[in-house]
Amino acid sequence: MGWLRQNLFSSWGNGITTVVLLLAIAWLLSWFVDWAVLTAVWTAPSGQDCRGHGACWALIHEKYRYIFFGSFPYEQHWRPLFAVLAMLAMLILSADRRMWNKRLLWIWSIGSATTFLLMFGQINISSSLIFFLALVIGAGGAVLRATVGSPIEINAWRALAGIGVAGLALRLVGLFPAFTLSIAPFSYVETSLWGGLPVTMILATYGLLFAFPLGILLALGRRSNLPLIKSLCVGFIELIRGVPLISLLIMASVMLPLFLPSGMTIDKFLRALVAVILFASAYIAEVIRGGLQSLPKGQFEAADAMGLTYFQKTTLVILPQALRVVIPPLINTFIGFFKDTSLVLIIGIFDFLNTANQALVDPKWAGFPGEIYLFAAFVYFCFCFSMSRYSKYLETELNKGTRR
Amino acid sequence: MFKKFIGAGTVAAALLGAAGTAHAGKDLDAVKARGQLICGVSTGVAGFSQADSQGKWTGLDVDVCRAVAAAIFGDAEKVKYVPLTAQQRFTAIQSGEVDLLSRNTTWTLQRDTALGLDFTSISYYDGQGFMVPKKLGVKSAKELNGATVCVQPGTTTELNLADYFRANKMTFKPVVIEKVEEVRSAFFAGRCDVYTTDASGLYSTRAANVPAPATADDFVVLPEIISKEPLGPAVRHGDQQFADIVRWSFFAMLETEENDITSKNVDEMLKSENPSIKRILGVTPGIGKALGVDEKWVYNIVKQVGNYGESFERNVGMGSTLKIARGLNALWSKGGLQYAPPIR
Repeated sequence: MGWLRQNLFSSWGNGITTVVLLLAIAWLLSWFVDWAVLTAVWTAPSGQDCRGHGACWALIHEKYRYIFFGSFPYEQHWRPLFAVLAMLAMLILSADRRMWNKRLLWIWSIGSATTFLLMFGQINISSSLIFFLALVIGAGGAVLRATVGSPIEINAWRALAGIGVAGLALRLVGLFPAFTLSIAPFSYVETSLWGGLPVTMILATYGLLFAFPLGILLALGRRSNLPLIKSLCVGFIELIRGVPLISLLIMASVMLPLFLPSGMTIDKFLRALVAVILFASAYIAEVIRGGLQSLPKGQFEAADAMGLTYFQKTTLVILPQALRVVIPPLINTFIGFFKDTSLVLIIGIFDFLNTANQALVDPKWAGFPGEIYLFAAFVYFCFCFSMSRYSKYLETELNKGTRR
Repeated sequence: MFKKFIGAGTVAAALLGAAGTAHAGKDLDAVKARGQLICGVSTGVAGFSQADSQGKWTGLDVDVCRAVAAAIFGDAEKVKYVPLTAQQRFTAIQSGEVDLLSRNTTWTLQRDTALGLDFTSISYYDGQGFMVPKKLGVKSAKELNGATVCVQPGTTTELNLADYFRANKMTFKPVVIEKVEEVRSAFFAGRCDVYTTDASGLYSTRAANVPAPATADDFVVLPEIISKEPLGPAVRHGDQQFADIVRWSFFAMLETEENDITSKNVDEMLKSENPSIKRILGVTPGIGKALGVDEKWVYNIVKQVGNYGESFERNVGMGSTLKIARGLNALWSKGGLQYAPPIR
């Protein structure tokens, strides 16, 4: 009561304002409830039967499978459904701080493999690719673990890289027969048939997954002392930030095919994904640079004084602190990009918003844009709101050590 | 994931099927080797190309794609649809991303020449028309002197409108609104007497956007059409044989309608004694060989897609919610413009 008097009815003017606003809210709310619930039509054979009533939720009932999964073969909609669930599980698991170790690698490997196996239906891995992967992983392991790994471990990494090199060489001269490892439990569904929520989630998740390390490298490069690296990174960031995402997408979808030999095409979905990665990386780089600059110089100097290498200094001292500072703006960027992916509609990729648009075209059901967009907005809101809540949780969680 | 894309690349490799520019037959060879026709359609135009609730593409433009696939493969389902925006469509056909563009595209001289396209036929005669509320009692556009007209700016629509009224010594007050939804609601709210745009657009607006409690019957589309918007499928220059197949696949749909061959009676028609029908359906061989496809190609088109009349009624005509009258798109023998050269 006291709170009410103090805040809402402290004077005649405030009291009147409160009453008027409350009435307005009540009126709007009653109108909305009447439209969305009381007079709404929940099932109907066609849009004609919805006319003259409240909200036409029958439209959503009729179209929700198309809105969620697009042109993916209708009988196999369980595949994108489980792909979405796999991605959600992957994201939720990796949101837990207890998973932030080697388990993360497993979660993402298994989650991604499941997702793409379900979406493509078949994954064919050529022998060259396997050898190439062996080489990359082996070399990467040997370098990264050089100072910390036991001699046996280092030798194992080297052996892996060696197998990769030998295999690739044998493949090149033709001694090793070409073969493809084919995992094909389902029928193949190409990316042009993908649509709806899986497309939005794949573009956002993997776009940001690849953009994040690229962004860190760009941010570090921008602060590098080597003029060449520095100018390259600055040039890239400024160029990408200087143009809208739409123009990048148009470049990828309209201009790129003209430069390729006639008849040769690169998967449109892949082109869009690369455009999203490049674009997001420039923005993430700038956010992370903010974090790097916020660190006191003493941290850098102390790390140098300890005799740490550049690599150790960056991964052990600088980045953990810098990234913690930039979590709110980083999540802000993520939320922005989750929604920005809907721009791919201008190059004819059917992401979630575009399949919702498409549902409006059907002349049998046309004329109810409000219902469709409310539904789409609700789904987007669920994703974006959980991301922002997570950001808040992460902030308090990671700042426990610094709070007094 | 990039690697997975490469990994999944066996099919991507099939997409890299090369296509030359000057070598006749190359596009057709690529289509045959791929086992699938890649057809560029719109990102959603009611009645012409749209995805239904199950994600299947339907529409008049889509049926042209299906007819071509039926002619080449004997299976109308062997089509991959690539939704293209208005900006993308010409690059997509030029660069070989799609084999065939069937995306309510107007046939103009510039597009037929400078853009390197070949329009093979006119699948829909569109043109600018007028819609008025029925209660005005207007029967002809000639009676519209002094009317307020809702129109979108910057299009040829606006110019055509001014030209038409000046030519007929009439005056009008334009209400110019940029966005299509807002033009429509202005018209339905009574801010103007007349709404003008392409006739197909008028019909779909009338079918789908009339706000309750009014119904579609409260509005009429006037008979006058004041501009030419011939819409048709296009291929790129360089493969005349493929262009021929696209052209004649559509003509086969017209020719069968003219001979009263429908998807329902085509099997009985196979027994017909009429020499012309025997020739068309490949009972008397020769036509298919000349075109370089199976002798049963017309049979396959009619059986799986239907003749032009069936496709029209199903997608945009009386069998659909658009309820577009045949008008200019009736056969020449019934007072329209659709005329196919003889199949013999």
